[in-house]
Amino acid sequence: MLNLENISKTYNHRHEPLTVFDGISYEMLDGDFISIVGPSGSGKSTLLLMLGGMMSPSSGKVVIDGESIYDLPPNQRAEFRRQKIGFVFQTFNLVPYLSALENVQMPLFLAGLSEVEQEERATSVLERLGLGARLAHKPSELSVGQQQRVALARMLANDPTVVLADEPTGSLDPETSAQVMDFFEEINQEGRTVVIVTHDPTVAQRAHKTLRLGDSRVPYDEQTPVWASVV
Amino acid sequence: MRLRKLVWKELFERKNQVVTGLLAILLGVTVIVAMRNITFYSEKAVAQELDALGANILVLPKSVTLQNYYSADIQGQEFPEEYVSRLANSNIQGVDNLSPKLAIPVQLDNRKFTLTGILPKSEFQAKSLWQGAGIFSRPTGCGTVANIPGLTPKDPKETLVRKRVIDTLNENEILVGADVAGALGVKANDNLSLLGKSFSVAAVLPQTGTVDDSRIFAHLHTVQQLSGKGKVLSVIEIVGCCDQISKGLVSKINHLLPETKVVTIGQIVDTQIKTNQMMSSLSLVFIAIIVLVGGAGIANYMYANVRERRREIGTLIALGAGSGFVLRMFLYKAILLGLVGGISGYLLGTLLALLLGPRIAGIAVLPMPTLIIWALMISVIIAVSASYFPARSAARLDPCTTLQEI
Repeated sequence: MLNLENISKTYNHRHEPLTVFDGISYEMLDGDFISIVGPSGSGKSTLLLMLGGMMSPSSGKVVIDGESIYDLPPNQRAEFRRQKIGFVFQTFNLVPYLSALENVQMPLFLAGLSEVEQEERATSVLERLGLGARLAHKPSELSVGQQQRVALARMLANDPTVVLADEPTGSLDPETSAQVMDFFEEINQEGRTVVIVTHDPTVAQRAHKTLRLGDSRVPYDEQTPVWASVV
Repeated sequence: MRLRKLVWKELFERKNQVVTGLLAILLGVTVIVAMRNITFYSEKAVAQELDALGANILVLPKSVTLQNYYSADIQGQEFPEEYVSRLANSNIQGVDNLSPKLAIPVQLDNRKFTLTGILPKSEFQAKSLWQGAGIFSRPTGCGTVANIPGLTPKDPKETLVRKRVIDTLNENEILVGADVAGALGVKANDNLSLLGKSFSVAAVLPQTGTVDDSRIFAHLHTVQQLSGKGKVLSVIEIVGCCDQISKGLVSKINHLLPETKVVTIGQIVDTQIKTNQMMSSLSLVFIAIIVLVGGAGIANYMYANVRERRREIGTLIALGAGSGFVLRMFLYKAILLGLVGGISGYLLGTLLALLLGPRIAGIAVLPMPTLIIWALMISVIIAVSASYFPARSAARLDPCTTLQEI
């Protein structure tokens, strides 16, 4: 269960307060597959970061599995991220000087696993994504699609219950994009909660729910909840 | 994956930047190690030279010049032998050994040598006037020369080389310097005619590397007689107790013998000692420079590295890295850089010292393993201190700003 409880977020932009969210609440159930859409500046990134424990709200709570994550001290929050959250980024954010295997080992290393365990689990996840023959390749030696698969493997390595993805298909061709979405569906069917930020309507439609963030309080779609963000 | 592996891989990924960042610290450590190494062996060489000389005070005629310690007694000026009695009977403390000498030029096989008259120890003890002073019965202590393997003469006659005093020397015996013996082809027990008198070669002295090698030593009274100058001396060499020298032994002797010039060997090696002191001071200046320049170089490199890796750091934080991990990652890297800088600086500095020591200081230099500890300490402390603030800024990075596309 992932709950947003009365969340507000205000930035200081050039000494002027800028309110992005103003007292919103939403409940994501375990196993939800949600896409977040909306124009630039509507607060999609902010919402994803807050769900991932990387940006605290100005007020309100983010509760994951009964734990209010911003009430935890920073190191425990990092631990919480290690155990429960998997991130996927638009530009993959692979560490350029590490091989595919070592990139996937990183979250396992941060979780304190031995080198042998890290290698075993990382190899198994990369094989699942069809990269068994590319273990020693550095990101620069892989195609864009392969790089995104390494990033997906890295996200999956720690067996997260919540997967947060930012424009995961933004840099991919339609065919690879479809493969990536198949993968998200697959891991969602395993019971993980998947939240994807996207501009692509095709991608958004593959999700089971869509949250539209706009610049007014008027709902876009009667079927889905809508929060206004003030730009 | 381990922290060490992660840091090494990142270092190798950006080798050129690492080399540039390390250059100042590496050169600084190199120069310090080279200077310390050369200074150490230079000081050692001076100490050995001093030790080999034995005598550390000269009593000379007032008007001689002091351009060369060894030739100060062959400038054709003399003073009365009676000064030795004055010295021996004074209550001056700290005179361990006395060696009165008269030096005159002689020619043999068309080559010029110096015939030096010396008074053997046995004659000091035989003279009742001097016995009371007990010059040679005083306990030997600070003025005693240390035994150095290879330099300690086996033959009692050869003690002249080191202690400036020999036990016995008959009036028809001579001691021949190594160069003289080589030039004239003489050896022990040969006969040699000097100024019309026949002498027996009691011993050939070992090589000293000084002008003593081209001298012939005979009994003082014989030389006085041959020179026709009467009871005169050209120098009194004194082995003074170091402790007493610092308590004013030289001025006391000067006061006792106002018609003479009393100098210490220290004045002659002062230049060398000053050079060494200058090298030591320069080392300190270099330490200050590398602390500043090397530290600035490392800090600059680290800040640039943190800026360049903002996205990577943000990703690590998103993957669950805490600020402590990020701090450790950069400080570990700083320690590695310090170790690399220290070890390379030590190796380069030692090589430089081995190459330059014989050329600029005229001394043989050997590697000094103890300097590696200093090199590592300096290098690691600078690298870690200079990296602390960049590392802290990395640990405090806001992951949101590092993941711009979110």
